[in-house]
Amino acid sequence: MGRKLLTEHINVEGIDTFEVYRKHGGYRSVEKALKTMTPDEVVEEVKKSGLRGRGGAGFPTGMKWSFLAKPEGVPRYLVCNADESEPGTFKDRQLMSKLPHLLIEGMITGSYALGANTSYIYIRGELLYVLRILEKAIAEAYANGFLGKNILGSGYDLDLHVHPGGGAYICGEETALLESLEGKRGNPRNKPPFPAVQGLYARPTVVNNVESIAAVPIIVNMTGDEYAKIGVGRSTGTKLISACGHLNKPGIYEIELGLPVEEFIYSDEYCGGIWKGRELKAVVAGGSSVPILPKELILKTAAGENRLMTYESLSDGGFVTGTMLGSGGFIAMDETTCIVRNTWNFSRFYHHESCGQCSPCREGTGWLEKVLHRLEYGHGHMEDIDLLVSVAKQIEGNTICPLGEAAAWPVAAAVRHFRDEFEWHVKHPQEAIRPGAVYPGKAVLA
Amino acid sequence: MAKITFDGIEVEVPDGTSILNAARTIGGSIVPPAMCYYTPLQGSGGKCRACLVRVAAGSAKDPRPMPKLVASCVTPVQDGMVVENTTSEQVLNVRKGIVEMLLINHPLDCPVCDQAGECDLQNFAFEHGVSTTRYQEERRTFEKIDIGPLIQLHMTRCILCYRCVYTANQITDNRVHGVLGRGDAAEIGTYIENVIDNDFSGNVIDVCPVGALTDKTWRFKQRVWFTKPVNAHRDCSHEKCPGRVVLWYKGKDVLRVTARKDQYGEVKEFICNECRFEKKETADWVIEGPAHIDRSSVISANHYELPVLNQQVIADLPESSVRDLEQNPPMKLGN
Repeated sequence: MGRKLLTEHINVEGIDTFEVYRKHGGYRSVEKALKTMTPDEVVEEVKKSGLRGRGGAGFPTGMKWSFLAKPEGVPRYLVCNADESEPGTFKDRQLMSKLPHLLIEGMITGSYALGANTSYIYIRGELLYVLRILEKAIAEAYANGFLGKNILGSGYDLDLHVHPGGGAYICGEETALLESLEGKRGNPRNKPPFPAVQGLYARPTVVNNVESIAAVPIIVNMTGDEYAKIGVGRSTGTKLISACGHLNKPGIYEIELGLPVEEFIYSDEYCGGIWKGRELKAVVAGGSSVPILPKELILKTAAGENRLMTYESLSDGGFVTGTMLGSGGFIAMDETTCIVRNTWNFSRFYHHESCGQCSPCREGTGWLEKVLHRLEYGHGHMEDIDLLVSVAKQIEGNTICPLGEAAAWPVAAAVRHFRDEFEWHVKHPQEAIRPGAVYPGKAVLA
Repeated sequence: MAKITFDGIEVEVPDGTSILNAARTIGGSIVPPAMCYYTPLQGSGGKCRACLVRVAAGSAKDPRPMPKLVASCVTPVQDGMVVENTTSEQVLNVRKGIVEMLLINHPLDCPVCDQAGECDLQNFAFEHGVSTTRYQEERRTFEKIDIGPLIQLHMTRCILCYRCVYTANQITDNRVHGVLGRGDAAEIGTYIENVIDNDFSGNVIDVCPVGALTDKTWRFKQRVWFTKPVNAHRDCSHEKCPGRVVLWYKGKDVLRVTARKDQYGEVKEFICNECRFEKKETADWVIEGPAHIDRSSVISANHYELPVLNQQVIADLPESSVRDLEQNPPMKLGN
């Protein structure tokens, strides 16, 4: 059995209430940090833990915290990015709805470490039920002296607010989130300046994912050095993986980083193999924005080594034969999946969600979707396949925010690894558009 | 001060200057194109991605190249920075791509567009684009929206540079228009049809890089290169308006009044609607003289003083004139 840190008590009856949470060791990290540690010591612990951002980018959290500008007399903010909405990623909402106090505890400890006296949880507007759970939990924390003025008599004040967004995927991008939080249209900002220097209300701000913040109490309680012992290499600790698609047991699993991908898919402890006894065809390992990999490459690296659930192992081989751990949105596809249709579906999402601020993303995402639509519906030409790659390349790296890459990578990777299937769609349009039609060939590796 | 190398040319600029403005101190054709950046408008830039450049060395302290191309209009210079613009094939390729993207939903109706001859996108496409497109899908079109008697909004031509929104925010008293919708469905609009009618609203026409916002009192009256631009001023009663403008003459008639722009098409001083739309008589103005028009501009077409022919047409010139002519030969047509 893998070790559980975040979800250890998730199934305890009433764990979403303050009393039960406190009975199971809740808020210990706040007591420890506020009474026995300086803010810098908390940052140091997080640094030592090697915790990497769980929202997708994997940037070391402690390092991000240490970048925060600390000018005298200027307020600083900690903002929790709870705008989870990438297709295939649904771990944060579970964490928040079942363990709201864990997130609040992380927010208090994190805010103390950063010297923030006001913090925000920016939550996706659609998650209204989670918002209510959080608000109730925050009220309980206020009532018990863990929020508000002079927390636990330490002299430290913190106000915590939950802010629902309007339901736009782009508001999950940290600078667009800050714009939205300020009450403006959720358009990403040009960087530099980075939020650590000029963030919310032009003040130094740290934006962290829910899971990253929820890991902070655990790190403070067990010490950074102990936390760093879990996992492999620079991928330390545990990670929530939201597994979906054609699996026998889709769901949210907490794994220790370093678990072999094969074990995650096939062992009974986790996903229990592919449904209906079918063959695995492809996997998107970290949410829909990361490159798709065929079975051969998701289980083994190009060098033939076992692929592990770590940041490094999944990205082994770059984007030629590798992918990313991303947000942990693990989408498995069986042999009956049409890659063209699947790619079109992803593309539809990014086309719909582009903010439209910069030209390559605004025009390019729509272009990709339309060409894929044409291919899927039997009106494609051979040159369309190269056109897809070319357009994806025109978008990638040329946009204000990473949504451009998120739209381009899945398309480029699908063509890279499943080009035969795209060609089959062009050559056999009548067969390809038949409901339930499946490409008869095997995926060809690049 | 920061010293940077731009396309091999070293230049020293004050700290905090953007790469684009550093390039503008050099001038000429190496200056990156800018469709959305507009110096007088705070916060503009970074959107069209036309001005992307490669930073081959970040600074003297950290000489590593930047991993991605950067928008030169919003990236400040650092001492020791090395920037590649026209010297980078990657940059030029990306620009081709940007033109292609921008022209997906911008109609090539230059022959009937009032912005023709003054259009940033036309120039950008001419300098950096290719003559064909690979786009064959349906393009977006819009119903015409009436935004009042002075300004015509052609949403179909809009490239969403946001300049007019910044102008309305920063120059006028109250903004009634903005960006609605998302992605390629985004549009400039007034939400529920509304009239844009404050004192400085006409400036959105001047800042629009394409023909999406045009002057209703000038539309279809004349091609711009058949007009004669003249600098003029008047004692304007509006406290914020300098009253310094360009009058665009055709014969004796003032067809259009605009603000004065610099060589990069940026308005130097924003003018009020009274000067722009109501003062169209010569008697309203004190004429200063011909407005400077860049030689390379299409507006300077048809303003040649005399045609210069290849053959020497004047025989038996005095010796001094022949010597002058040899030293300064006349420009030949067709070269």
